[in-house]
Amino acid sequence: MTTAPTASAPPPAPLTPEPAAKGKATRPGDKIFIGLSRGSGIFLLVVMAAIAAFLTYRAYIAISENEANFLTAFEWNPQGDPPQFGIAILVYGTIVSSIIAMIIAVPISVGIALFVSHYASRRLAGPLGYLIDLLAAVPSIVYGLWGALVLVPYLDGMNLWLDQYFGWTYIFEKSGSGPARNLFTVGILLAVMILPVITNVTREVFLQVPKMHEEAALALGATRWEVIRMSVLPFGRSGIISASMLGLGRALGETMAVATVLSPSFLFSGHLLDPGGGTFAQNIAAKFNEANEFGRDALIASGLVLFVMTLLVNGAARLIIARRKEYSGANA
Amino acid sequence: MSHTVIDRKPSTGEAPPARSLAHRRMPRWAPAGIALASVALASAIGMAAGWESRVQWGMIAAVFFVTGTYVITTAVEGSRQAKDRIATSVVWVCFVLAIVPLASLAWTTVERGSRILDGYFLSHSMAGLNQNTPGGGIYHAIIGTLEQVAIATLIAVPIGLLTAIYLVEYGRGSLAKAVTFFVDVMTGIPSIVAGLFILSTWVLTFDMGPSGFAGALALTILMMPVVVRSTEEMLKLVPNELREASLALGVPKWRTILKVVLPTAIGGITTGVMLAVARIAGETAPVLLLVLGSSFINNDPFDGTQASLPLYVYQEYMLGTPHSYDRAWGAALVLIIFVMVLNLVARGIARWKAPKTGR
Repeated sequence: MTTAPTASAPPPAPLTPEPAAKGKATRPGDKIFIGLSRGSGIFLLVVMAAIAAFLTYRAYIAISENEANFLTAFEWNPQGDPPQFGIAILVYGTIVSSIIAMIIAVPISVGIALFVSHYASRRLAGPLGYLIDLLAAVPSIVYGLWGALVLVPYLDGMNLWLDQYFGWTYIFEKSGSGPARNLFTVGILLAVMILPVITNVTREVFLQVPKMHEEAALALGATRWEVIRMSVLPFGRSGIISASMLGLGRALGETMAVATVLSPSFLFSGHLLDPGGGTFAQNIAAKFNEANEFGRDALIASGLVLFVMTLLVNGAARLIIARRKEYSGANA
Repeated sequence: MSHTVIDRKPSTGEAPPARSLAHRRMPRWAPAGIALASVALASAIGMAAGWESRVQWGMIAAVFFVTGTYVITTAVEGSRQAKDRIATSVVWVCFVLAIVPLASLAWTTVERGSRILDGYFLSHSMAGLNQNTPGGGIYHAIIGTLEQVAIATLIAVPIGLLTAIYLVEYGRGSLAKAVTFFVDVMTGIPSIVAGLFILSTWVLTFDMGPSGFAGALALTILMMPVVVRSTEEMLKLVPNELREASLALGVPKWRTILKVVLPTAIGGITTGVMLAVARIAGETAPVLLLVLGSSFINNDPFDGTQASLPLYVYQEYMLGTPHSYDRAWGAALVLIIFVMVLNLVARGIARWKAPKTGR
């Protein structure tokens, strides 16, 4: 036992670091390493700042030439003479499709999360969690392809049905019998896409409910639903909210699934089932190929608005999560 | 007091009083029975009304099931139990509702994609073909995706690793807080915004043409925060005793990190990196803006337009002919397989090399 340290451990090391007691690194290796790692942290911040700065700069170029009101105009004609473009229709389409997605996805996600965390047997729960993880990894273009070629024809019938029985609500009134390439379908597809995202985070939160809370409720004779209502949901409320906002952030910025499904137009229509409308990301993807440099700047201007929107939503979600350090939602 | 309780126990063990204490319970087969009855009823109604859609049948069956369960359970077991059963069936319905579209997605992709997927499809490009010609393949797109993802990984992983090390090992104070927050926010940046950023700098400001490298830069932005987050989580799992033992032996901190901390967490870090790769491999939007796509094989990511798998799917879909749809499904299947294999291997590694946090 006594012979081992003399051979392998570096004996002179303990002698040197006396002058540097205050946690400051004096070894050159440490200095370089700290510099590198702090440098990459700062680099990330710089990238964030650069994103904001460059997008703002190009957007400024575009907006200063714009003859129409950028926020309220219902057209997109940056290459016209004079250039006129506005984001009103994009704001409308983005928000409406995301809201539809949230209305559908949040309750179902909470249900699935409860199913995985509290209803499924333990042997089933592991593989199910795994499956949801895998589904979150399916590329959005595949969802888009499926949405356009499978979901749209399928929803044609449902649209007619909705029009027939709920047409009186105005929003479900459908003029004409075009295919279901509308904001409603987009909302449903976005819901399918963000389901795994919301479920993942919510499930993580539900699994962290203190066992004692649940056992206390059970000991008082509560049924399983009462346990969930009295101990699981109150504990997980902030988790559900932040998970939903992460999902919302995903839905707001989704490009390909919307671009494949929607048949866009810049005519405003309050009827969800009529083809038309558009979202920020979809509009960028669709208009990019025909855009000259100024047209690109105009698209960047709309991208800046999208950037700010997702920034606010995600920032709020992260702040809510940060209040509870135990679960981070890191894998969302 | 306790004596009296124990004394009374044998007497309550007799049958009649014990049964009066317990609630009346429904037999175990009751839910199955109600389900069968509601399906039968719904089918009868559906056939009588002549509805084509099986979904309508299913919905009516579900309504019958829920109301039937509620009414019967309230009558037999009481309303609290009835609510519990309703909640159970709602949770089950949620699960089934979610599984249906996802199963349809997986099934359609496999079924449509496997029709065209073969050696020829994997080893040929689209050179000289138009939307009305059958044949063609995705070789050029696979090359493009692999190169772009490789470049993005080469840039993003070192930066991500170092940032995570900074946050876990050195980070104190406001800088670390800011980095943590903005890394979190950065994970939520829409991929198209990352593409627009590179467009506004690399292409519009520095006047470079479209290339695989430009796309890779955008993918880097999407990948860095994911790597940081997963690595950070893994480094936090490394027991402090290991660090302290190493430092106590006089090993410098940077060597402790390189030789003790990182090797301990390497399994989890690899998993995180692979998941991040899987995520960016499926990104279409930045590639659409910056790489533009091509029908030809271009092995040089630094010069000229390139193809990529997700972009190929999109462009073939947009052509809108039966042949191009076939190719789109084929490429989608390859993409899904690629992503799934990465995911499965990554999780396998995670399980195999999980850091031993317990004693």
